[in-house]
This record gives sequence, C-alpha cells and structure tokens, in this order.
Amino acid sequence: MATNPPILINEHAMRRNRLVRRLGGIGLWLNPVFSYFFLWAPILVLVLFSFNQSKSVSSFTGFTTRWYSNILNNVMGAESAFSTELMLNAFRNSLFVGTVATAIATVLGTLIALGMARGTFPGKRWLDGLLFLPVVIPEITQAISLAIFFKVVFDWFDLMSGQRIFPGFHTIIAAHVTFNISYVAIVVRARLADMNPQLEEAANDLGANPWRTFWRITFPLILPGVISGALLAFTLSLDDFVITFFTSGVGTTTLPVFVYGLLKLTVTPEVNAISTIMMLLSTLLIGISLALQGRNASRT
Amino acid sequence: MSERIRSMRRNGTFLALPTTLWLLVFFVLPLVIVLVVSFMSRGRGGVAIMPLTIGHYQRTFGIFSIILWRSIGLAAMTTVVCLLAGYPLAFFISTRRSRLFQQITLFLVILPFWTNFLIRTYAWRILLGDEGAINGVLISLGLISEPLKMLNTQFAVLVGLVYGFLPFMVLPIYASVERFNFRYVDAAHDLGANDVRAFVRVVLPLTLPGVLAGCALVFIPSVGAFVTPDLLGGTKGLMIGNLINNQFGGSGNMPLGSALSIVMMAVVMLSLVIYLLANRRERGT
Repeated sequence: MATNPPILINEHAMRRNRLVRRLGGIGLWLNPVFSYFFLWAPILVLVLFSFNQSKSVSSFTGFTTRWYSNILNNVMGAESAFSTELMLNAFRNSLFVGTVATAIATVLGTLIALGMARGTFPGKRWLDGLLFLPVVIPEITQAISLAIFFKVVFDWFDLMSGQRIFPGFHTIIAAHVTFNISYVAIVVRARLADMNPQLEEAANDLGANPWRTFWRITFPLILPGVISGALLAFTLSLDDFVITFFTSGVGTTTLPVFVYGLLKLTVTPEVNAISTIMMLLSTLLIGISLALQGRNASRT
Repeated sequence: MSERIRSMRRNGTFLALPTTLWLLVFFVLPLVIVLVVSFMSRGRGGVAIMPLTIGHYQRTFGIFSIILWRSIGLAAMTTVVCLLAGYPLAFFISTRRSRLFQQITLFLVILPFWTNFLIRTYAWRILLGDEGAINGVLISLGLISEPLKMLNTQFAVLVGLVYGFLPFMVLPIYASVERFNFRYVDAAHDLGANDVRAFVRVVLPLTLPGVLAGCALVFIPSVGAFVTPDLLGGTKGLMIGNLINNQFGGSGNMPLGSALSIVMMAVVMLSLVIYLLANRRERGT
C-alpha cells in the first residue's frame, strides 16, 4: 500500500515526458515547414506575379511574358519614369564602382592583414577594434557620417580654392573601399592564420630577400584568401544601397539606387519582372563565385 | 634571428600604415565630425552652424524618444522571433543524418539571402498590401470581407526585419549545434533527466555561444534598419533610421540627424559590449 503513490507519480511523469517528446517531435518538424515557407513564399510570389496577366497582385489570372517584353521595349506604365537605357546605365555604373572599389579595397585589406599578422606595434589592439567597427556599425550611421564628411571637406575646399567639387564616382568609391577593407582583411587574416610560418623562414634561410619571399611564398599561399575577399567585396559593393544613396551625386546612380527609386513608386508588374531578372542574375553571380572558390579551395 | 624579427616587425608596421591612414580619414574622422556637428545649431537649409548646443540631444530624448524606443523594441522583438524560429530550424538542419540533406536544408536558408535586400523587402509589399496576395487569398476564401491593414504598420516592419535577418540567427546556432556532442544528452537521460531538463541544462548552455552571436547579429542591424521601415512601415512604422534619413533632405536638420545617429551608435555599442561580456562569461565557465 505504501509503495503505491511513488509508482503512480512515476507513471504520471513518464506519460508527461512521453507527451513532451511527442509534441517536441511534431514541433521540430512543423518549425522547418513554416520557416522554409516563410523564407521562400515572398520570392515565389514575386516571380509568379511577374508572369501575371492582370496588373493586380491579389489574384493570378493567367500567364504572360508581356511585362518582360515591356522592359525590353522600353514601354511601361504612363506614370513611371522607367527606361531600359537608364537601368543599363545604372548597371554599368554599378560595375564600374564595384570594380574600382574592389581593386583598392583588396590591396589595402591584404596589406593590413599582412601587417597585423607580421608586425607588433603600439596600438595594434586598437587597430584590431577599428578594423572590426565598419562591419558592426549600422550602415545608416556610416552613410551619413560620410555624407557630412564630404560636404565639410568640399565646402572647405570651395572656400580655399574657389572651386566646387561635387559628389560622384569618387565619393561612392571612397565609401565602398572603406566598408570593404574590413571584409577583405578578415578573410585574408583567416587565410594567413592557417599558413605555416616556417615556409617563410625557410625561404629566408635559403637567401631570399623579403620581397622575393613575399612574391614566391607568401602571396601564392594567401592568394585564395585574397580572391575570396575580393569576390566578397565586389558582391557587397554591387549590392550596397544605403551608403551609396547618401554618397552618390547626379548622374552616378548605381543599380540598387535606381531600383529603390522604382520600388518607392507603386507595385507594378514590370517592377516584379525587373526584380525577378535581378534575383536570377545575383544568384547566378554568387553561384559562379562560390564554384570558383570551391575549385580554389580544393586545389590548395 | 632577432634581426630578422625586428625587420619583420618594421615591415609589419609599414604594411599596416596606408590602410590605417585610409580608415582614419574615411572612417574615424567622419565619425568625429558627426559628433561635433551633433552639438552645433541648425542653419539655413539644415546645415550646421555655431553656437554649440545640446538641444538636438534634448529633442532626441524628448519628442523623438517614442521613435527611439520603438526602434529598440522592434529590434528586440525581431531578435526574439528570429531566436524562436531560428533555433529549432538550426537544430533541424544540423541533426539531419545525411550530409547531403543537411547541406540542402542549409542552402535553402542561405539562397533567398543572395537576393538584393531591397527586392526581398519589396516582395513583402506584394504580400501584405491592401490589394496584396494575402488579402486576395483571404477574401476569396471568404474568411474576411474587408482587407486587413498590414502594410505600413509596425507588424509589417517586424515581418520584414525577421525576414531580412533570420539567416543571421540560424547560421551561428547551426555552427554550435553542429559541434554539439549528442552523447551528453544520452548521459543526461541516463542520469534521470527528462527531455526538457536535458535541453535546458545541457543542450542550451552548450549552444549558448551561437545563440549569443545570433542575437547580436540580428539586433544590431535591426536597430539601425532603414530600408525595411522605409518600404514597409509607412509613418506608423517609422524607425530611427528613417528619422535620420529625413534630416538630410530639403527641409532637413543635419545637426539633429547627427545627434540621432550618435545616440543610435551608442545603443549599438552598448549591445555589443553586453554581447562581449556575456560571451566572455560564457567562455569563462
């Protein structure tokens, strides 16, 4: 008689535990179903309605590729300021800014990664923090600080020399280099950390000067890191909207800034079509760069 | 040997110099200028003039405190929702037995992320609008007769932020669950712990570094969000990022925008410090 209650409690607890486990198991399956639906539904709906016959986005009435041909033929709703030529021009601007900014940021980022790995100098810990900051600071803060900075510098220059400088490619590129340096440096430093330092010592012992050691030993070894850093920088540069928005001038609209102008208007089927094309392009671009990285990684 | 090390150190300093200068000119100096401008008065056209004043900070913590707190609140809610959705998802991905299935499920989280942020956010306008896809479906099913007001609300901003930053939560948690040794769970069970207890006492503490990193990675960009509230929030979902942006237009106020941005940066720095301290404590135990 006296042993009954504990057994009862145990049974109760076991039933409860079983229930918890079953509910947990269901939850663990339901969560991914909902999460993947949540992640993919907006994209699929966007693509679907870019082929919708009616202009509305509340119901799908039939399949058409009219909106895509409208883009190609430069026809769009009467109220919108869209032109294919303007978009292509913005795309060219994006490519130009991305290429120049990536080139400069890759050199500067690689240099500081090497310097941080090799040198010991006062303030190195501060520099570590400084290098980390552009990654964590909100984009809008960086954007307005650069906007104010350029304004102050150009005003001052105007006062000194009487010549007015306007924001344009130079300001966008300077801004992009600034946020890209950190990303390149992080990637290259990770690569340097994996490198065997004895290889450099060996080259040195065999009589190679530092210059020769760098180009024959160090550089080939960190090259995959440099390439991934550059690809990352290029992608970030092409994708950036907020910082570009605040540092661009007249006639230097990049693709994201152009797209933002379109999106701020109304929901039109052509905008859905452009978005679909852009999604396809960026997925393709990143896919190619990942494939390249994968090949690089397997080769070394 | 020592000669070589000395020369390497010299070279290191020399190599780090150009980049350091660049960052000082284009990163540190602009922030210092923003700090100075935030204490100056507003002149014609919104530019900064003398004399110095703390009026913009008074307004930031006065009439604009609603928006400041709304931004922090929305960012906190985004973090919580991302954690509740992201933890089980990361757990699901990292516990798939087949390596291929694991990679596919992870890839399905990252892939939407490759799309431009503007377009991903815009997609929610199609879904949430009064004449959007969700209202269209609900009305045709007869569940509602009037469209639900979803776009241009704080709800829309929350959805957009969660959508934008969910992968930031999933990836670090995935990395720490990946490394977790599930034999500890068996051990906990053998020692009489039930599933809940084993999770709270064993799994959660050991994956906490990933959770902390995920929370920091979601909270920080959410506080400073500009595009999401701009495209989805309207005036009701205005966040501090939009307020800052508004100070740089035609009838703007550059010193006020600077003060707002300094306060926002302080919030970000504070959350970063909290993260680093929590992380250190976590490592210490």
